[in-house]
Amino acid sequence: MADREINPRVVVVGAGPAGVRAAQTLLAAGIRPVVIDEAARAGGQIYRRQPANFRRNHQALYGTEAARAQAVHDGFDAIASAVDYRPDTLVWNIADGQVWTASEKGYATVAYDALILCTGATDRLMPVNGWHYAGTYSLGAAQVALKAQACAIGANVLFMGSGPLLYLVASQYVKAGAKVAAVLDTSPFSNRLRAAVDLIAQPAILADGVALTRALAKAGVPVLTGVTPLEITGDTDGGVNGARVRLADGTERHFAADAVALGYHLRPETQLADLARCDFAFDAKTRQWLPRRDPDGRASVAGVYLAGDGARILGARSAEVSGRLAALAALADLGRPVDPLTLTHLRRQVASYARFARGLATAFPWPHEQAANLPDEAIVCRCEAVTAGDLRRVVNETGAKEANRAKAFSRVGMGRCQGRYCGHAGAEVIAACANIPVEQVGRLRGQAPVKPLPVAIAPEGEE
Amino acid sequence: MTQGRFVRLAEQGRAPLTLYVDGQPVTAMEGDTLMVAMLATGRVLRTSEFGDGKRAGFCLMAACQDCWVWTEDGGRLRACSTPASAGLRISTNQPGASWPTAK
Repeated sequence: MADREINPRVVVVGAGPAGVRAAQTLLAAGIRPVVIDEAARAGGQIYRRQPANFRRNHQALYGTEAARAQAVHDGFDAIASAVDYRPDTLVWNIADGQVWTASEKGYATVAYDALILCTGATDRLMPVNGWHYAGTYSLGAAQVALKAQACAIGANVLFMGSGPLLYLVASQYVKAGAKVAAVLDTSPFSNRLRAAVDLIAQPAILADGVALTRALAKAGVPVLTGVTPLEITGDTDGGVNGARVRLADGTERHFAADAVALGYHLRPETQLADLARCDFAFDAKTRQWLPRRDPDGRASVAGVYLAGDGARILGARSAEVSGRLAALAALADLGRPVDPLTLTHLRRQVASYARFARGLATAFPWPHEQAANLPDEAIVCRCEAVTAGDLRRVVNETGAKEANRAKAFSRVGMGRCQGRYCGHAGAEVIAACANIPVEQVGRLRGQAPVKPLPVAIAPEGEE
Repeated sequence: MTQGRFVRLAEQGRAPLTLYVDGQPVTAMEGDTLMVAMLATGRVLRTSEFGDGKRAGFCLMAACQDCWVWTEDGGRLRACSTPASAGLRISTNQPGASWPTAK
């Protein structure tokens, strides 16, 4: 223990842009952090790396973000042997001041003095009837298939949902030579005009976004806004064959496709913050519960810090900054000297990205009203095929209006994805059915293990 | 339909490897995930235990667990995050068990 007073152990969970910058900052201050990452190679999801025997260059993989991706990759490669790097390792619990890990080597625990959670994000999903048919993927999945495996998710891909990723991934598909059936955005175009006042906070990113939509139009891809998804069509054996939607002018239309990429921006992976007993607060703008944190990333629990998209969806550029900030906050709390001017500078950058993110939330809102209109037969929980009707029956018959209570009765959120893809929509279904504000439904509590564990691995030891 | 679900767009010069899905040989490439190996030639990964049809994965980032397949001795693999390897023998049905008796 005495050794830990001189050499405190700092654990960084996640090696995306936030985790990499946090680890670099700690190392520069003389602390050798433990960096635990679920992936085989550092980079996170947005700067996800292809396998070592692939040949595409950074420009082909990351486009306008090539230099930033390269800097994050090179930055980590330069420190990988100097930190205690544990790739291919899942953190499945946080309790008693320790992180609990699982890897092919076995189970282990690591005690920490400071814990920096850079857990990243997953797609935010609103169900649509038929989304369980084979060939529906999340938008993020469509991007991973291309970036990490040089594949399209289908021969004719329909992009549906909202948010910046919708346009980014569709344009990446076009550029890579894939056929894109259409881009169907649920957000009305007028929202973007209202969002301009905040989007102007990051003019370069805004210009990149506008260029993406132009590139899609130039490629002849139909791009429609104000669209209401009605159903993904297909069958249980053959999978997806298209989607039926209502257009902004009220007419219905069917788009043929053999794959659908579906998503509504992103949601932070907050299960570990929850297990670390961090306080959460409801964010009315995006209609979700988020862990509280101060401007530098300090959570409500002493010694726990939150950075990157795992704390707030502010994007990869912001994640690099908030990763540095969280590490500096940890260093300050451990009694190390930290330059206040650097803090001021970094905080200002994060505030600018936060303003831009507010603009994105205005431009591409979470379409919560779709939950009330889901037909009873629509599956909400893909894991266990629980329908909107099942969930409404629980609300009406048992009076369960709180997310965890409704989960206990309906099993929505209890399946193998542990509510990642149904949790937000399930809460909206309950709120609409019970006619209460969605914040009163609460949020699904994080449960250990945060992902299913293989049973056949042995204890590795305690540290 | 005999055509695969996924379409390879680049990186096609990699060394080939053969694995077996439900006893049938499948040719893939070094660096493929198990999911890509299976969906570049096939249409599905598994059948939902809840009666709602075939599944072919969903998130590709090890979060949704929709892409579980099994080794012939009953081991569970997440196809999106498991590298394809030569000689691997995969079953698209969980051997000897059905939900909810399987743990």
